[in-house]
Amino acid sequence: MKMKLATMVTAAALSAAVPAMADLMFPSLSYRTGPYAAGGIPFADGYADYFTLLNERDGGIGGVKANVVECETGYNTEKGVECYESTKGEGALIYQPLSTGITYQLIPKVTADGIALHTMGYGRTSAKNGKIFSNVFNYPANYWDGASIAVNHLLDMNDGSLEGKKVALVYHNSAYGKEPIRTLEELAKKYGFELTLLAVDHPGQEQKSQWLQIRREKPDYVLMWGWGVMNQVAIQEAANIRFPMENFVGVWWSGGEHDVLPAGDGANGYKAVTFHNVGNDFPVFDDVQKYVVDTGKAAGNGDQIGTAVYNRGFYAAMLATEAALNAQKIAGKADINAADMLKGMESLEITEARMAELGMPNFGPSFAVTCENHGGPGLGAIQQWDASTKTWSLISDFAPSDGEIIDALVLEDSMAYAAENNIEERCN
Amino acid sequence: MLYREAGDFKTTYSEDNQTFPIKFDRIGYYVIMFVAFLVIPFFINDYWASAVFVPFLIYAIAAIGLNILVGYTGQVSLGTGGFMAVGAYSCYKLMTSFPDVSILVHVVISGIITALVGVLFGLPSLRIKGFYLAVATLAAQFFLVWLFNKVPWFYNYSASGQISAPERTVFGIEVTGANTDAWAKYLVCLIFVTGCAWLARNLTRGTIGRTWMATRDMDIAAEIIGVNPLKAKLTAFAVSSFFVGISGALFFSVYLGSVEVGEVFGINKSFLVLFMIIIGGLGSVFGSFAGAAFMVLMPVLLKNVLVGGLGWPTDIAAHFELVIVGALIIVFLIAEPHGLAQLWRVTKEKLRLWPFPH
Repeated sequence: MKMKLATMVTAAALSAAVPAMADLMFPSLSYRTGPYAAGGIPFADGYADYFTLLNERDGGIGGVKANVVECETGYNTEKGVECYESTKGEGALIYQPLSTGITYQLIPKVTADGIALHTMGYGRTSAKNGKIFSNVFNYPANYWDGASIAVNHLLDMNDGSLEGKKVALVYHNSAYGKEPIRTLEELAKKYGFELTLLAVDHPGQEQKSQWLQIRREKPDYVLMWGWGVMNQVAIQEAANIRFPMENFVGVWWSGGEHDVLPAGDGANGYKAVTFHNVGNDFPVFDDVQKYVVDTGKAAGNGDQIGTAVYNRGFYAAMLATEAALNAQKIAGKADINAADMLKGMESLEITEARMAELGMPNFGPSFAVTCENHGGPGLGAIQQWDASTKTWSLISDFAPSDGEIIDALVLEDSMAYAAENNIEERCN
Repeated sequence: MLYREAGDFKTTYSEDNQTFPIKFDRIGYYVIMFVAFLVIPFFINDYWASAVFVPFLIYAIAAIGLNILVGYTGQVSLGTGGFMAVGAYSCYKLMTSFPDVSILVHVVISGIITALVGVLFGLPSLRIKGFYLAVATLAAQFFLVWLFNKVPWFYNYSASGQISAPERTVFGIEVTGANTDAWAKYLVCLIFVTGCAWLARNLTRGTIGRTWMATRDMDIAAEIIGVNPLKAKLTAFAVSSFFVGISGALFFSVYLGSVEVGEVFGINKSFLVLFMIIIGGLGSVFGSFAGAAFMVLMPVLLKNVLVGGLGWPTDIAAHFELVIVGALIIVFLIAEPHGLAQLWRVTKEKLRLWPFPH
């Protein structure tokens, strides 16, 4: 036994010491355990499957195999730091931690280490300002876009006026959940609706009092910034108090199948904002079936393909790959490093034509990244749940958010960050 | 064998009362100090600093702090996470309000502020004991986390409620912020942990420590022989919170750099530190280190073995880590309810008598 343990430890030490330098390394700081696993599993599966598809079908990215190294964070900041430190030395090109807490942790670290951080639809919203945040990207949309798109949808439902309406925000009481508040307050001023803030503490199972308050105050609309186990509970509670589901709009992190399924028919009509398309009705999924599922290489249990959050992981991997291809083009070599990857991301352009070529027509909005704008145009759509067919469907086109309000807030917040940390503007 | 007492005679009281009365221990202590201060800093890299040493050292400070309260004074506390948050937020407010003052001073002041808060929440200990006191400190835990989430002044009105440590230097060397070198982080924590352990050891073997232990063992008897329970209990809360505050301040500024109170300083943290001292050994400075090492390093080691070495899927490995650590805790507590420190003490006794057991 003693001998065996010693061998195991030696093996572990050795495997930690030998980096696989020949591949393009994409670390996946995933979480398949804990209260947020419901969202973490499909995302990690989608992220891994896309790279598996490329390796199997195309022989990698530009001829170099992609290597996805998963590290379990449990949505926990300390474990996230451990994962970052243990993977960064192996030639990591880009980090997508899928956690606002870990993102805040990594922003200064990746900047110091010269690695790209892509926080797609989460993280620090003001990282959109590329003049201040050199290594952080949050295209194609961020939380403040999400808040604005949700309000735009409410405006559409009310012929352009929210005067005198009551809107409640049910949010995860963390950096993530607090992000939209500033924007919503501005929007409330602009459109004259009344905003009620209802915080739900980590992990989010305990929401009785919040929904009691909703029942008492009878807001016209409820917005939700939840994640993991919190979403299921919220949607179930809303169904219990018979809150009209079409007046209940979640952000994209509250719009997965696993969030609505537990409430059964009660969840029918629930809406969520999204920045990518839903379902598996795209040509690329035939390839996924052929090269990934049928060969038995699907990540996880292989039962998430085509779900909303799986698609998001898939989309995230696609954007990372496109940036890597772009980087290979700019650097003129296939074996790119983290610095090349940064350049590739900063001049990334996703067009309709390219999406169609990838077998993902209209899968996400078309956009371009520049040195100044790391956040893209902030396009989003609304998806709605149909409980009878158990499917999401888009009920609007990808439309822009209220740039006037958001750009001002981005500038204000990023400048405050720059002042705090003595960062000079770049891109001038 | 290794432990020999032959020829190791004590001729004065101070020699007899020293921390490491056995020569072998003393030499071992100096060797460890030498390696820690003069060898490791030259070899440490980011991974070893951020994933292993820095969290271990910081948790060791917290464990020493809680051990003074629970182990030495017998006042059960579940408020460690909240007190660490006080340390972290005081440090943040001090760092941003007085950028010219050294971060080391800020960390110590954060400890003092936490000590005051600790005394405040320690007041109920004069009337209630044991389980009831644990619940009262639990209230502190929830109240403090709620407070730091609720009042925007504590996080300088930032949009997200996160606090981030700005870059600060000591003698021109960065110790907080992303550009900090691994050895600088490590050394700062090491200096604090050494100072705290030295202080704790000397406090606990002096008068004040004896009043703590007397209160723990039988408070009425202690009062009869002249211990002032008010002073004993409140000093224990103050000193304990001082250490916990320092660990919170370092946790935020040196280790993580940015913190969200609900996630990082939640009730889980209180339990984690409590487990550390239970496993390490109540009423022992060495036990605090052993417990912190066990709880911090075991999951990292298991992760490296299961995922890195055996190539298991990360989720299965994560679940197994919980199972293995949990099982080890149970095994330890059955085999040695007094923790790793007692295990070490028994081993030492056996080695000293070897090869002639009683």
